[in-house]
Amino acid sequence: MILSRKKDSYIKRLMKDMVNNWILYVMILPVILYVLLFCYAPMYGVTLAFKAYKIKDGIFASRWVGFEYFSRFMRSYSFSNLIRNTLGVSVYTLVVGFPLPIIFALLLNYLRLPKLKKSIQLISYAPHFISVVVMCGIIKLFFADKGPLNRLTEMMGGQTINYLTSPAIYKSLYVWTGVWQSMGWSAIIYISALAGVDYEIHEAAIVDGATKIKRIIHIDLPSIKPTVVMLLIMNVGGLMGVGFDKAYLLQNELNLSSSENLATYIYKMGLIKSDYSLSTAAGLFNTVINLTLIVTANTVSKRLADESLF
Amino acid sequence: MNTMIQAKKSNRIRSSLQDKIFDASNVVIMILLLFVYIWPLWFVIIASFSDPMEVQLGKVLFWPIKPSVDSYIELIHRDSIWIGYKNTIVYTVLGTLINMFFTICAAYPLSRKDFVIRGPVMVFLLITMYFNGGLIPTYMLVKALGLVDTIWCVILGGALSVYNMLIMRSYFMNSIPPALQEAAVLDGANSFQYLIRVVLPLSKPVMAVIALYYAIGHWNDYFTALVYFQDESKYPLQLVLKEIHQSVTAQSIDMSNNLDMEEKVKLAQSLKYSSIIVATVPVMILYPFIQRYFVKGVMIGSVKG
Repeated sequence: MILSRKKDSYIKRLMKDMVNNWILYVMILPVILYVLLFCYAPMYGVTLAFKAYKIKDGIFASRWVGFEYFSRFMRSYSFSNLIRNTLGVSVYTLVVGFPLPIIFALLLNYLRLPKLKKSIQLISYAPHFISVVVMCGIIKLFFADKGPLNRLTEMMGGQTINYLTSPAIYKSLYVWTGVWQSMGWSAIIYISALAGVDYEIHEAAIVDGATKIKRIIHIDLPSIKPTVVMLLIMNVGGLMGVGFDKAYLLQNELNLSSSENLATYIYKMGLIKSDYSLSTAAGLFNTVINLTLIVTANTVSKRLADESLF
Repeated sequence: MNTMIQAKKSNRIRSSLQDKIFDASNVVIMILLLFVYIWPLWFVIIASFSDPMEVQLGKVLFWPIKPSVDSYIELIHRDSIWIGYKNTIVYTVLGTLINMFFTICAAYPLSRKDFVIRGPVMVFLLITMYFNGGLIPTYMLVKALGLVDTIWCVILGGALSVYNMLIMRSYFMNSIPPALQEAAVLDGANSFQYLIRVVLPLSKPVMAVIALYYAIGHWNDYFTALVYFQDESKYPLQLVLKEIHQSVTAQSIDMSNNLDMEEKVKLAQSLKYSSIIVATVPVMILYPFIQRYFVKGVMIGSVKG
């Protein structure tokens, strides 16, 4: 009785609002149509993963096969390698790429030469805007066998390293060039959080004779903890989301054993080999793991640090 | 008493010594970092202006050798670069306009607390941030709509970024005083007039930031084009660039025995440097001016939390 009355009043309110604020509804309508068509319709297409797709039947009429493609994907000989490569690069990225911007922001915060500070900020944000194609172009030229880095090492008595073709080096190359490209940009959010720390606390600590390192540990880090935790959750959620772009562009036959990841596999299976169902199954597998990771990270941080995204 | 003062004094001296070490290593680290950031970029610039032969031999390190603009001359004679440039400009301008349309259309109603379906619509949009159909289902949709190999797949592909929409929405909610709306309603303005005459003019900073985010995204995008374009005359600049960078491999250099071939390969190799410069220059020229807007964007985005 109460429930139905409540429902009534909601619909009534909605009707009234649609008349009074019709402009808002006219505005939101194209957005809803667009998202339905371009985001939700493909979600229905995910059923491809459970069907044996035949072009003449289309997605809807193709035969259901259950988890056949998932088990084919998981039993394929490349599966364990794909997971290892995808997780390997992303965990490496998290371990190296997450703390470095924080350290960078802390160091910048204590840098007392304003000119040096300004110039390093300006130059360190810039690589963020370089496109992936240009970035990989630079990597291939800079790390080439006869490239400048190898030349410099040779001049200093070192040996030539095959950065671009060695599977063992691929992950480090991927991660550290990623740090080069994103560290400055990722640090901005911490720099602004650090600027918000009450300076009176610092003054009190200075009077008590605290060194800068002690001030970092006992004042700065606790103050920026909420920001750090929030970004950590977001990063963990993206663990399986190792991008297609850079991996695909840095791939060559020689380093393929460590550069083939889920995203490049999904692309090749789907659009080059036209194995639509298998590719979709691999994609869905990836999405589900990602979703699990972000929910887990969120729950853990809610329990441990009382911070959460949602 | 005396000893206490002494103890405090020695403590201060020790701590200031530690601080001095800290400051000195900080400066050293930053200068090293500056070098790490600048050298690769500087190298590409000087290599593009050096004699291709010298670059190939690895002689160019910190300074151009036998300056020449040969690779630029070779580059501007390639039609594909100009077609790519033209396409990218079209995609960026049109794409950004459509992006802004959808983003404003979503952000404004969702910023209004009196909008009755606000909650459900937010959930409807947020779901798409965490879950999507994936590559093949999306590809099949675009194909079914007949958009493959048309300009629309690059423009409509990611017409709304929910993340950017959230930034804009939080700006509308936090930086525009609600009293303004009441005043506008009293003056007889409807929501649309209020949006156009009051909200948008007051939101210039966030509009600039988000338009720039979208524009950079279009300028740098190659994946959409890689997936949906077969027709080379529709290739954006980034895809043309990718072709240039994959055309010459290390093997093909080794295999070229005769000199004429070698010369060609060297020139093609040097194209890699000049093409990087040509594709990046527009962004880098604008960068110092728009940098602060981007930084502002990160701040606005972080407010939401």
